[in-house]
Amino acid sequence: MNAVNPLPAGGRHFMSGNEAVARGAWEAGCKVAAAYPGTPSTEILEYASQYPEMYTEWSVNEKVSLEVAIGASIVGSRAFCAMKHVGLNVASDALMTQTVVGVGAGLVIAVADDVGLSSSQNEQDSRFWGRFAHVPILEPADAQEAYEFIKLAFGLSEQFGTPVIVRMTTRICHVKGVVVAGERKEFRLEQGFEKNPAKYVMVPGNAKKRIPMMFEREDALRKFSEGSELNSIQDGTDKRIGYVTSGPTYMHVREAFPEAPVIKLGLSYPPPMEMIRGFAAGVEQLVVVEEVEPLLETEMKAAGIKVTGKEVLPREGELAPHVLRPAIAGLLGEELVAEAAGEKKSALVPSVRIDVNIGKNLFPRPPTMCVACPHLGIYYCLSKIRNTTISGDIGCYTLGAGHPWNALDTTICMGASMGVALGMDKGRVEADANKRIIGVIGDSTFMHMGMQGLLDITYNRGNVTILLLDNRTVGMTGGQDNPASGRDIHGDDSPQVDFRKLCEALGVKPERIHVVNPYELPTLFKALREEVKIPDTSVIITDQPCVLVDFYKVKAPYVVEDDKCTGCKNCLDVGCPAIYVTRRETVVKPNGKEKELAFVRIDSQACTGCDLCPKTCGPDAIVQVENFTRQ
Amino acid sequence: MTNPTTTNILVSGIGGQGVMTAAEILSQTALAQGYDVKKTEVAGMAQRGGVVTSHVRFGKQVLSPSIPPGEADILVGFEPAEALRWCSHLKPDGVAMVNRVKQEPPVVTLGLYEYPDDPVNQIEKAGINVHAFDAGAIARDLGNPKLVNTVMLGAISKYLPFSADILKNAILDRFRASKPKLVEINEKAFEAGRAAEAES
Ligand SMILES: Cc1ncc(C[n+]2csc(CCOP(=O)(O)OP(=O)(O)O)c2C)c(N)n1
Ligand code: SF4
Ligand code: SF4
Ligand code: SF4
Repeated sequence: MNAVNPLPAGGRHFMSGNEAVARGAWEAGCKVAAAYPGTPSTEILEYASQYPEMYTEWSVNEKVSLEVAIGASIVGSRAFCAMKHVGLNVASDALMTQTVVGVGAGLVIAVADDVGLSSSQNEQDSRFWGRFAHVPILEPADAQEAYEFIKLAFGLSEQFGTPVIVRMTTRICHVKGVVVAGERKEFRLEQGFEKNPAKYVMVPGNAKKRIPMMFEREDALRKFSEGSELNSIQDGTDKRIGYVTSGPTYMHVREAFPEAPVIKLGLSYPPPMEMIRGFAAGVEQLVVVEEVEPLLETEMKAAGIKVTGKEVLPREGELAPHVLRPAIAGLLGEELVAEAAGEKKSALVPSVRIDVNIGKNLFPRPPTMCVACPHLGIYYCLSKIRNTTISGDIGCYTLGAGHPWNALDTTICMGASMGVALGMDKGRVEADANKRIIGVIGDSTFMHMGMQGLLDITYNRGNVTILLLDNRTVGMTGGQDNPASGRDIHGDDSPQVDFRKLCEALGVKPERIHVVNPYELPTLFKALREEVKIPDTSVIITDQPCVLVDFYKVKAPYVVEDDKCTGCKNCLDVGCPAIYVTRRETVVKPNGKEKELAFVRIDSQACTGCDLCPKTCGPDAIVQVENFTRQ
Repeated sequence: MTNPTTTNILVSGIGGQGVMTAAEILSQTALAQGYDVKKTEVAGMAQRGGVVTSHVRFGKQVLSPSIPPGEADILVGFEPAEALRWCSHLKPDGVAMVNRVKQEPPVVTLGLYEYPDDPVNQIEKAGINVHAFDAGAIARDLGNPKLVNTVMLGAISKYLPFSADILKNAILDRFRASKPKLVEINEKAFEAGRAAEAES
């Protein structure tokens, strides 16, 4: 993403929420924007990096990205950072004290919640941080609002001297809609950094004085919220239920119940409780529709407002119209018709429908590792080594927990493979006395939060073998550059990390570090087999790139020679998606046992010639095609 | 309750098949016609062989971005099993346009699941108006497997609230701007898609 092509002002642009956020930040005169990638927020910084007026960076983790933004804000530049929901857990240490400090120039944090868990390890509600950190939460309902709210957020941040969180969800980040954009307005503070230790040096004595200021600020924001145009009421004719909505649920409610009155909270924390109370008075009953936790609900109830929420609505996942309609029909006492059965009893549920069960028993199609992924060889080896416990981490290699390898035993959070492996070593019970503990971690995850864990392992003399899978990129999120690729966010050269030296510096003995090519199975096997036996900390670093990166080299593909293939299935254990079974057969072996055979073919259009599977084929049935033309 | 002025198109397939491109072209075309448009994108893990769907909605005003089950007007299925998976999203009088080229996932290769015998037949049996053809073969005959996308768009073109030529020109304009050499072949692919729809 190096093209510099900012869209012109005015006109209708078709933008995702992520692109709109980048545009909004740029127009607001933001000067520094930092992020660590994470679905669904990744593209925000990719788009931001196209605007040359902003300094943009991939940070090594979310905490650093927030700290970079804090530094920029303190010295007088509007600053921004973006992260996925779990990223704010990592950055929260910085947030929880920065909120006491306040800001210099505007400081805005965009947090993207993966509601519905399309690509995350958990589903958490970032609106909690508003309550915890006493900062305002803005919740856009579509791309146009994402754009507008980011711009407003900078002003709000300066007006109240507070970091501002803009809470996005997958449905905002990854939905394109029409956005009418404007021009960039430069933002300049007259003076640069002014020393002010009472504000910026958070020792107890200083912090103590600022905490009441933080509460005053929150009270002022609460008043502001009551009259703010970010919060609005849409009247309706069907007053049986009035809805309280925030973020994307506004759109879902409007779609599902077009006649109903709705209160839309764009500034959802602090919530405008008196406005809600007034709204409640004009409707027969009040329902709050929020993704995902019952935060507003609890607060409304505490304020003495009668409201229904999670008693009838799901506690998790997206509250789309088809989820809302039957729940509300039930609340209104309208009898639900069995879907697809003809008769219609509730105006809220479509009566005629195609059989909803069709296609329900289909095979799943879970994500797989790419054809020729450098992780395949690793998991092939790990699946063949017995007596191991494998502490995993987050990245493409998490898929090693699945078929055909089943070679990963835990995944918790970024970097956890290290500490968890050490804990497994130190906490092992008698029955596991001879278990080999292995940790598997990717380059980006290692630099994010794994390095400290490795230091802990060496410092405490852990008997653990670490596989550091350096594929030179953040594969999972689409192949972003990082210190392992040696390129910055613009693709320009920057210092490339030397993992061997880094591991040595972290206390791993030089002779316990091996750099291996993960496609060379015998070497890999040998290194693994030897290192797991040695009661010390070892690190095996792999050094071949992800197939997504531009310097990945595709070679002539392979085919299976039918007459040589014995159907032994060995190559299937590699797990390369370019290998397909053509026919299965059961044979009876001389010892009377039945054996299942599977004969295979390789999709040569997809095969990149990585030469991994041929190494697993005894009869040499897998051969390279000369002069192959790819279509 | 269904917004009659909104056109709902569900595009389904597998990562890497061009689902997102087809959805983007449809959206951009609708946008140029003055409609309000929303389009969902699935990114992240989907790029590695998982299920990919995109919801394209356009009309006077589009609120929620996702097409509720039972409200899709058109299903564009880039793979027959993926069309089967999503066909219950169609309105009873909706149309399913299906590329017959099967793609087995690794879970089938490994023998853990079976691929259905005839997904298109199952869609038909549910009473859905389905048109299925081998878009892969059409594209290959024209000399470029990537043309599947244009073939599929040609096939659905008569079911849109704007004329087929508007969609065709939108596609060709994209190529005029980026790869002028491919304009002619895409025009052929589009027409081949229209013919395939008529014949299937
Ligand atoms: C705190 C946090 N931030 C971001 C993410 C999103 N995420 C998941 S895995 C990953 C990095 C994967 O990169 P790497 O470790 O190099 O492995 P690869 O996918 O390249 O194999 C990221 C950024 C996350 N899950 N948690
Ligand atoms: S994106 Fe890269 S690391 Fe991830 S599965 Fe594909 S090849 Fe492997
Ligand atoms: S490893 Fe070789 S012989 Fe065995 S199934 Fe694969 S191609 Fe056939
Ligand atoms: S050589 Fe084998 S493992 Fe490598 S890409 Fe080709 S089929 Fe896959």
